[in-house]
Amino acid sequence: MPFALLRYGLSKGHRPFRDIPATPDLKRSYDVVIIGGGGHGLAAAWYLSNQHGIRSVAVLEKGYLAGGNTARNTTTIRSNYLTSESIRFYREAVSLYESMSEDLGFNVMFSQRGQLTLAHSDATMRSFHLRAEMGKLAGARIEVVDAQTVRELCPHLHMDEGGLHEVLGGLWHADGGTARHDAVAWGYARGAAAKGVEIHQRTTVTAIRSTGDRVTEIETNRGTIRAGQVIQATGGLNGQVAELAGIRLPIRCFPLQAMVTQPLKPFLDILLSSANLHTYLVQSSRGEIVIGGGSDPYQLASTRSSFDQKVHLAQGALHLFPFLHNVKLLRQWAGITDMTPDYSPIMGASPLSNYWLDAGWGTWGFKATPVAGKYMAECVATGKVPDIIAPFALTRFDRFALLNEMGATAASH
Amino acid sequence: MKQLECPVNGLRDISEFQYLGPRRSTRSDDPDTVVAHVFFAENPLGPMVEWWRHRPSNTVFLAERHTVTDQVLRTWLPTSPET
Repeated sequence: MPFALLRYGLSKGHRPFRDIPATPDLKRSYDVVIIGGGGHGLAAAWYLSNQHGIRSVAVLEKGYLAGGNTARNTTTIRSNYLTSESIRFYREAVSLYESMSEDLGFNVMFSQRGQLTLAHSDATMRSFHLRAEMGKLAGARIEVVDAQTVRELCPHLHMDEGGLHEVLGGLWHADGGTARHDAVAWGYARGAAAKGVEIHQRTTVTAIRSTGDRVTEIETNRGTIRAGQVIQATGGLNGQVAELAGIRLPIRCFPLQAMVTQPLKPFLDILLSSANLHTYLVQSSRGEIVIGGGSDPYQLASTRSSFDQKVHLAQGALHLFPFLHNVKLLRQWAGITDMTPDYSPIMGASPLSNYWLDAGWGTWGFKATPVAGKYMAECVATGKVPDIIAPFALTRFDRFALLNEMGATAASH
Repeated sequence: MKQLECPVNGLRDISEFQYLGPRRSTRSDDPDTVVAHVFFAENPLGPMVEWWRHRPSNTVFLAERHTVTDQVLRTWLPTSPET
């Protein structure tokens, strides 16, 4: 690599190179069609083409590559969940991020800086003990820390001693980290495209036709294609796309809002969240403070921002770091989250035999990008649902076998 | 949406209201629809009828709202006939 770089540096007439090829014409048929060109769909395409040798794959993206929730999330990677099924799954997600830059040959800027969740009440401390023990059982690095350790981990934090939101301690998750969301999607897209996967941007699925229990044709705004197998990974619109295939999902849409400040000198080298204040903060590698994540209190399928939520997020951030009071906001945005009743995703088989679901990722999808892609690809390649994602089946609702992770989310719901 | 028309108190700030979720087409006491009622709530892209409560006056009412544009189309009390 260094020699190639040197040669490139000394050569004349530099041509710009594209990591991702331009959208080709649609063929009439593909072995696998992936609906949704976000992180999850592209990761599945990468695993199909690079690990399973399935190259007749088309990724259909309604807008531009990774422009939906992949671009709108706040890039938290962690495995400190409540149920053993979730911890096992998200722990593999974290370990796949650890080697992702090397696996993809693309720098995803993974920074495993640790995540600290603050407790402002005894009840929260008790729930943290449960999460820490569940995490230790699954082999993740999670521990309950006292106020003094919180102060050492985050020296600039306002501890609010004697106040309404006094910091009593926290849940320290040393495996937690962050990565650049665009790079994750681009890395998978480039690797998949190099193996022959076609990425079709601005291609909207308008109808899904099936015969018996098999999907046969997918109608798009650019023509109709036949598909051997289909993966659906469409983020906020999962409920609506599944309905095109005649599948009802237990999903309700809520916008989740976030914002970033102007760049500041580095002062926050961990990921910090507070469930009581419904706020979490991380300083990006550019120095901006990313502040998330407030959900709107009623169902909406829109990416508009609202003043109320900005005020709410700003209040939380100012409570934790009062010196941010003069800092300006640079950007604000919202993403449509597809919330499930138990705050866990829906993965694997659907009522149709060749249609696979990767849905219900709500506010927790980015961290699962590599692991969801890996096991969705395995579903398609082997025709069987791997054991690790079996608990996340759509049928769990009929069996009342929920995986309740409501207490492990940092965003407000 | 920043204000909502309460059928009793008129146009009030949205912060005075509590969202009670979509009006359900399923019933919890019917064994055939209990799973749908508990887990599969209405989630259309478009107009949806839903329950709201004006907190200070404890007025529970229905609203029809567009879930993409966030426009409230009409509000009415459950006791009055649906227009």
